[in-house]
Parts: sequence; C-alpha cells; structure tokens
Amino acid sequence: MPFYENIFIARQDVSSAQVEALADIFANIVGEQGGKVTKREHWGLKNLAYRINKNRKGHYVLFNIDAPSAAVKEMERNMGINEDVLRFLTVRVEELEEIPSAMLQSRQRDRDGAPREGGRGGGRDDRDRFRRDRPDRGSEPVVDAEPKPAGEA
Amino acid sequence: MEDIDGGRGGDKPAGRRPFFRRRKTCPFSGAQAPKIDYKDVKLLQRFISERGKMVPSRITAVSAGKQRLLSQAIKRARFLALLPYLIK
Repeated sequence: MPFYENIFIARQDVSSAQVEALADIFANIVGEQGGKVTKREHWGLKNLAYRINKNRKGHYVLFNIDAPSAAVKEMERNMGINEDVLRFLTVRVEELEEIPSAMLQSRQRDRDGAPREGGRGGGRDDRDRFRRDRPDRGSEPVVDAEPKPAGEA
Repeated sequence: MEDIDGGRGGDKPAGRRPFFRRRKTCPFSGAQAPKIDYKDVKLLQRFISERGKMVPSRITAVSAGKQRLLSQAIKRARFLALLPYLIK
C-alpha cells in the first residue's frame, strides 16, 4: 500500500480534547477502509502565517498513513465536510519517517535550548554556541572576584 | 581599475582579485546535507526573502534539482500557513 502524509488544521476555537476526537474519527475512517495510521503527531495550537476563515491560530495534526488510495480519498472527503477543519494536505511519500517530524524536533530543541545535532551549518548555530560558552566565561570572574574581597578584608 | 579587470571569468589568479568570492556549493548536497521537508519551517525560512519571496538559486547556490524540490516544499508550507505568502 502506498504511504501518505496528511496534515490537517483544526479551528482555533475547538479544545485539544476535541481535536483529539477529530483525529480519532479520521484515523478510524482510514482503518475501516483497510489502511493504517502509523504515526500521529499533535503539534498543538500554532499561529497561522495568515488568516484562514478569520482564524489566526489553528491546531495542527500530522498523520503518517499506510493505506489504499480509496481510504485516503474517503478521509479527505470527510475532512472537507467537517467544519472544524480549516485545511488539509495529503502528500504521497516514498517512505514514512518514524522519528518525530522536523516541526516537533525544532520545538524540542527550543525547549532544551541546545542546537540540533546533524550540522545545520548557519549563523544561528554559531550564536547558540556562543550563548552556551557564556555561562562558563561568566562564572570565572565570579570565582575570581570572591577571594579578592576576602584578601582585602 | 582593479575590479574591472577582476570581473567574472577573468584569467587572473584568484588571490589578486579584490572582490573574489569562493564559489559556494549547494547547501543540500554533500554528506551532512539537510533534507528538504515542507514541515521544516526553520530550514525553509533561510530560502525566502524578508518579503516572503523565494530567494533565487543564483544567490543561495542551491542546485537546479534541489531548487525545484525546495520551491515545492515552500509552496506546501505556504498552503499550510506555516510560511506566509507575503509579508507586508
């Protein structure tokens, strides 16, 4: 069966629990038609780059799907009908990636404050490195400063 | 005078040209190259201008094949509102 990636955006007004339920519905449709959702990612409420149907934010959900085309078509049909879905995109891919997508990886990195492994050479990475160095440099003068007053006193 | 002589395609040795710039290589070829992915907004953002337009490959030195993939990825990201169509 071919592999697909599907992302849909749900309205900002629905709660994350409702988005979860929505994702369940679509996953079930794929399941009923003899397909499988191999990975599900909730990117959460993200700012949209531009307004869609007067929404400034949306809940993003990513599916990795291994299913016949009929199942995907049925799922897309239902997404089109559902009013909570602002937009969806299904892309056929050669292989499904098992690891978290780039979106979640970058989110993780932002949280950790550490640059991603794998040499994404750029100015930003350099700056991150400097930032990491700074605490070490900053701590040295503090250590030096402490004995000095003691010596004077 | 020097810069006129040292224009593109000059026979002069590289070191003598005042505005010589080493030929950049495609950022998506090579062992450590990142994968072009419409979900990787941080990566794609480096290839769009401040106005939100795609940057031509003659400036970013992306190879023709990769530029095609890149433009497809940027367009997908725009459709999903991950990237703007234009920045006013």
